[in-house]
Amino acid sequence: MSELFPFTLALGDDALIAAQRLAEWSTRAPEMEEDIALSNIALDQLGAARLLLSYAGELEGAGRDEDALAYLRDDREFRNCLLVELPNGDFAVTMAKLLVLSAYQVPLYTALAGCPDERLAAIGGKARKESAYHLDHAALWVRRLGDGTEESHRRMQAGIDQVWAYADELFAARPDAPVDPATLRSEFDDTVTAVLAEATLTLPEVGWTPAGGRDGVHTEHLSYLLAEMQVVHRAHPGARW
Amino acid sequence: MAAVVDPEIRVVTIDDLGILRSVQEDPATGRVVVTITPTYTGCPAMDVIRADIRRALVAAGHPDAEVRTVHSPAWSTDWISDAGRAKLAAAGIAPPAPVRRDGVVPLTLAVRCPRCGSPETEQLSRFGSTACKALWRCRSCAEPFDHVKAL
Repeated sequence: MSELFPFTLALGDDALIAAQRLAEWSTRAPEMEEDIALSNIALDQLGAARLLLSYAGELEGAGRDEDALAYLRDDREFRNCLLVELPNGDFAVTMAKLLVLSAYQVPLYTALAGCPDERLAAIGGKARKESAYHLDHAALWVRRLGDGTEESHRRMQAGIDQVWAYADELFAARPDAPVDPATLRSEFDDTVTAVLAEATLTLPEVGWTPAGGRDGVHTEHLSYLLAEMQVVHRAHPGARW
Repeated sequence: MAAVVDPEIRVVTIDDLGILRSVQEDPATGRVVVTITPTYTGCPAMDVIRADIRRALVAAGHPDAEVRTVHSPAWSTDWISDAGRAKLAAAGIAPPAPVRRDGVVPLTLAVRCPRCGSPETEQLSRFGSTACKALWRCRSCAEPFDHVKAL
């Protein structure tokens, strides 16, 4: 089996877990507009996840479809980055996570759109446009909160401090993948640095950085997330409308 | 079949929106293949659209027709026809501006109020009632309205 399957699976898992986390904001966001925004972004992530996981299932060739991959794997079989499984925290933490995720997904999907694999190129070309809007949204909030009141600045900086160490894992080299994430790092850094500068925020010093998601070694948060996401499917196997 | 309407914006058809990409008939077998593309990857209306197309095809005498979904080239609001734009505007939904070629979403362009035509409008919410729309308000006539985001 080529690198194509694990790579596609990892991207699909990123989108799926991000969607599930963001959907937790439904009915709980600080204002109605944000409730709609976060639900819509979750829906876009879910759309990308369905395309990626369906394709991953075909690449694997073991008869698993998108549902089998989403609902019938245990935590150690998921290949998402740790960033997306982290709890939402307050709104600033969620925006810090979304900034990092979308500043990574935009160049990733853009590069994917030009890769030799036709299916991945089509998915990249489609998802790129949606991710650009997510990035715009996250950047807008990070600037507004960072360059806002003393309290909003403090909390936005705390949000960035909390998630920044998890960015490294996204760019771990995969030289045999259709797109090597390591090649996206400089564009990501440029994007984030520019947003933080405008937001009067600073990049925290990073020493050791957590990783392991791509090998199935996750935080405990993923297990709880999966328990909630999978419970109905597993309780009623094969149920149909 | 091109008369199948969007289940969430019922004034426009899938042809108006550019969701319907092609209809081809195999000359040998007479089997029809309909190709469609989603507006947004997660658009929940796609299943209903597929079902509506199948129903229309069966009614037209093509029970064995195939509905194929493609994602490339990615859908753009530039594919909404002039007739589609006129229908959107008539229904109080501001149609999208042309997409900038560098791929950046043109958020700062003025959106005209579909009711009174005033360019004095403001965005209330970057996301709206469906994945493809944002919520705006007219400062001249005070009416809120939906705007199809340029994509």
